[in-house]
Amino acid sequence: MQVVEIERLSYAYSDSLVLDNVSFSINEGDLLGMIGPNGAGKTTLFSCMLGLLGGYTGTIKIFGQDIKKNAKALKSIGYIPQRKTIERNFPATVEEIVSLGITRGKVTKEKITLALDTVSLLEQKDRRVGELSGGQQQRVLIAKALVNDPKLLILDEPATGIDLETQNKFYALLKKLNQEKKITIIWASHDLDAVNRIASSVACINRSMFFHGMTHEFFENPDLLKAYSESSMQAHMHLHDHDHG
Amino acid sequence: MVLEILELGFMQRALIAGVAVAITASVIGLFLVLRRNSLFGDALSHVAFGGIAVGLVTNMYPLWTGMAFSVLGALGMAKLRQSTKIPADATVAILLAGGLALGLLLSSTSGNLPNIFSYLFGSILVVSAEDTLAILAMAGAILAIVILLYRQLMYVTFDEEQAKVSGLSISKLSYLFAVLASVAVIVSMRLVGILLVSSLIVIPNVTGLLLGKGFKKTALISMGISIFSAVTGIAVSYAANFPPSATIVIVLITVFLATLAAKYSSKKQMAEKLEAAIS
Repeated sequence: MQVVEIERLSYAYSDSLVLDNVSFSINEGDLLGMIGPNGAGKTTLFSCMLGLLGGYTGTIKIFGQDIKKNAKALKSIGYIPQRKTIERNFPATVEEIVSLGITRGKVTKEKITLALDTVSLLEQKDRRVGELSGGQQQRVLIAKALVNDPKLLILDEPATGIDLETQNKFYALLKKLNQEKKITIIWASHDLDAVNRIASSVACINRSMFFHGMTHEFFENPDLLKAYSESSMQAHMHLHDHDHG
Repeated sequence: MVLEILELGFMQRALIAGVAVAITASVIGLFLVLRRNSLFGDALSHVAFGGIAVGLVTNMYPLWTGMAFSVLGALGMAKLRQSTKIPADATVAILLAGGLALGLLLSSTSGNLPNIFSYLFGSILVVSAEDTLAILAMAGAILAIVILLYRQLMYVTFDEEQAKVSGLSISKLSYLFAVLASVAVIVSMRLVGILLVSSLIVIPNVTGLLLGKGFKKTALISMGISIFSAVTGIAVSYAANFPPSATIVIVLITVFLATLAAKYSSKKQMAEKLEAAIS
């Protein structure tokens, strides 16, 4: 079964085309590593898939439903954004934040406990969320997504700015959610080594779809890797020029 | 002394209205403080000042004209924030100055300046039975809506983008909250006046944030501090013949400073204990 089907998706911010005719699909149970340089359009793609951005051309189907016609399927998606710093004095406890994720059915302690247990944060449930480390805060956001029993998880560079050991624990958790809970995962990352280790498939985007296939097909092909690193370098220099322009 | 205060009709009304206002301002204030909109209440109270002046000039009930201006100002500010790139603090400054200028202009041309002072500095001790009922009704409505939408409001305060992904209508919630805040400001004006409204919105919550662990607990602690300060302030102002609004604000600040000192000293003690245990 196809969880996501995207056909000829294009999106522009005023005069700048960010996504150009992107088409791809994701099967149930996939753990897709989405790679691409900064400014390649990954976050824009996710924003379109999550219904945060309208105004695109092409179609996005989630669980067979065109999200422009029927937004119900969006409720089956759990989303973990790029890491933001949660203010230290934000008073909500971990338990209160996780409870916010429940948008279907009753808010129960059992659901919250199960989600926190999955991310190994049950003992922290009464602490202020702002007091936790960056890695723990990201796990709280995963628990907030899991508590709604999602069928699809979208993570946008969730491990950026987290130390290596915590990153590895985080990747192990992703693998566990995919293999044990059977959740389809789309995960944007700059960490090629981690994508190579845990993703079942890879999508490489740089405004248009550059590559989409099995992980080993990408990483065992020197030409693809070379083309990717060149495009990353160009994007980096382009951003650098803009910073100083 | 306490019994004597409680037997006086105007004091009974002042205390009932004071408690209702204290609850309303602190509940709305927690969301404003956490969204870094502490001065939103100040801007709305100044816009309400313009509306009150219009009411005094046109012989309409000033609180209603003040509320109409405040609600329109709040909705305008929410719309500006959503559809333009004007920074939030700049919209606050525009409304604040505009409302005050309109109020001063109208009140000076109408020669109704003495009357407007009761709105600038509050007049809880002369609140009528009719005013008390209006304050209770407005405070009750605000509290009921906040309790009903508590989780949604907390979610938007935590992270707007994630709340939107979860299916919440951010623009509808923002407009509704703007209306709630403007009504809360109007309710609070009778207690502390236009110039000190933001103290009721900000200080109890900043104090509550020092103490509370959990959103709900912090809201309850802030409410408790707000009620304590309002009741103490009203009672002290009667006994010492002080202006009630200023007395309430001084009590609020005293509680804040005492809490800050206690928190600092307990942290210091803990650090000393830890150091002793290590060595």
